Amino acid sequence: MESSPSWDHEAVAAIVESLRRTPGALMRILRRVQDQLGWVPPPALPEIAHALNLSRAEVHGVASFYHDFRPTPPGRNVIRLCRAEACQALGAEALADHVRARLGLAFGATSSDRAFTLEPVYCLGNCACSPAGVINGQLLGRLTPASFDDALARLVRR
Amino acid sequence: MTPIPVKIFVPRDSGALSLGADGVAAAIAAEAARRGVAIKLVRNGSRGLYWLEPMVEVATGDARLAYGPVASADVPSLFDAVFLSGAPTSHPLALGPVAEIPALARQHRIVFARTGATDPLALDDFVAHGGFRGLARALELSGAALVEEVTRANLRGRGGAAFPAGVKWKTTLEQSDPVKFVVCNADEGDSGTFADRMLMEGDPLLLVEGMTIAGLAVGATRGFIYLRSEYPHALRTLMAALAAARARGYLGADVCGSGRAFDLEIVVGAGAYICGEETAMLESLEGKRGMVRYKPPVPAVAGLFGRPTIVNNVITLASVPAIVEHGGAAWNQIGYGRSRGTIPLQLAGNLARPGLVEVPFGLTLRELIHDFGGGTRSGRPLRAVQIGGPLGAYFPAAMLDLRVDYETIAEAGGLLGHGGVVVFDDTVDLARMARYAMEFCALESCGKCTPCRIGSTRGAELLDRVIRERGGAANLELLRELCDTMTAGSLCALGGLTPMPVMSALKHFPEDFGLAAAAPPP
Repeated sequence: MESSPSWDHEAVAAIVESLRRTPGALMRILRRVQDQLGWVPPPALPEIAHALNLSRAEVHGVASFYHDFRPTPPGRNVIRLCRAEACQALGAEALADHVRARLGLAFGATSSDRAFTLEPVYCLGNCACSPAGVINGQLLGRLTPASFDDALARLVRR
Repeated sequence: MTPIPVKIFVPRDSGALSLGADGVAAAIAAEAARRGVAIKLVRNGSRGLYWLEPMVEVATGDARLAYGPVASADVPSLFDAVFLSGAPTSHPLALGPVAEIPALARQHRIVFARTGATDPLALDDFVAHGGFRGLARALELSGAALVEEVTRANLRGRGGAAFPAGVKWKTTLEQSDPVKFVVCNADEGDSGTFADRMLMEGDPLLLVEGMTIAGLAVGATRGFIYLRSEYPHALRTLMAALAAARARGYLGADVCGSGRAFDLEIVVGAGAYICGEETAMLESLEGKRGMVRYKPPVPAVAGLFGRPTIVNNVITLASVPAIVEHGGAAWNQIGYGRSRGTIPLQLAGNLARPGLVEVPFGLTLRELIHDFGGGTRSGRPLRAVQIGGPLGAYFPAAMLDLRVDYETIAEAGGLLGHGGVVVFDDTVDLARMARYAMEFCALESCGKCTPCRIGSTRGAELLDRVIRERGGAANLELLRELCDTMTAGSLCALGGLTPMPVMSALKHFPEDFGLAAAAPPP
């Protein structure tokens, strides 16, 4: 069995400690772990469950319900493309084909060198500037295969 | 005497940022420094004219002159021509006084009056432009009187359900529980909608004001904004707005010295569309899976942590200050039929001039799409319009004379929802869009009820077969039955309304499903 990648136990413990008394603590804890670590390590879930006096099943149920909470660490660069209707109306599907081919990745996959993760997203609220995407947290609008390649080239240069 | 620095506005709205607004702002600052010109750079919200973004405005004596869409490379020529003299010029990007841009001049902006005009993070700017006047009046009124104003306005929920806000508020007001909550639904997940985002990024204090009034009206001292995680810019702007409001005594234990408490907290979601459904949102706020609750009890009676809770959309709450300031009767005077007031419609998809259009209810889709939207961006014929997000109907070009109000759209077999209008040209394949509707429902179903959880997956498979076999009477019969089951048997709007885009596509675009084309309109 593949062992889970290493993760920052102390950071998770500190997050749990700082938020465990807030109302609806579990979501807030998972949210902050995701934001800080970039994923929610499954081995952390029993510890969170113990701290909140919840069952492991309950915590696993919440962590696996939400699309944002990644059970595995992402690649160094995270690329998200909007696949919803407004972006489809301006060629999001053709753009997605281009990006998949360019990165050699399916949606939801991370490259074996851990350089890239490609994720779908269903609406970024940038529907007046479709097609939209996000590269490492930066929102992009009116994407074309060419402008995507430019953005990618800037990443690789850096 | 040092000259007064020229005020230059470059939006900080995330749509503008996605088109390079930060680069333009940096180029303007650098060019001003290079020339030794004193300027004051203000990062405003967006006016919602997205085909012109990044749109730069320059304050002159009595007007603000607009230029756009501006690229960083345009900045030196703008300085040469414009920024120093502040006079309208023949620069190719000159749009004239911003208030006279036709697409803006023809709107009736109430909720979005300040968005784009002011610095969203400057509380003094907010007050100088009429902010907190609704709150000032609210502090003089009883809770019952405030509920009465909202009821008289006939304000209906802008999130999609169009439920009368006054009814919700009255129900919560009547509960004897000493602990009540106000929850703002900022989980704007419908594709083609961005009004909530624009408002939170462009005029966040208006939402603070609306929620505070809601708290005063029903006797709640705490509010939550449930914000989707896809909106990091809105989160930062809201956090700054809450801090400013707290620092100046507009939020906290003693709102404006009234002795009454109200404070707000932001909770960020985690990428689940279903959490835009109010009971799933409450579950999520409680730290659980976003599973839809059975109703009754309604949240107004037993909502967050079992307490009476008002759940309203961003735009609903942001409409409240104007209603309280000017009276519900004034709001009720504009509109069409039973849809009163203004509605911020969002034009998206294949349009030459996409953006936000706040108008009284009642204009036609044709006016909206052609006069405001400028027709398709591709220049090809318009073929379909989806109204109301992923659960809304697809209408054909022949139906553009429909009026935009809740009842008219509903009678035509659709829903206005949160006001998103997504336009497709003639390259769209409606069978594929129908399949996408089922796929989206399958991805986002909370799984509580079977028609939604299983029906959506079977629906996507069925539509794969329809697409592969170019129709097939048995396939389509099965699809109709499945949609009937989902409509009648689902617990909430996700499963219950996913058949709407599917069946409207089949009805209006049968040729895409391997059937004979619909008869042309008379």
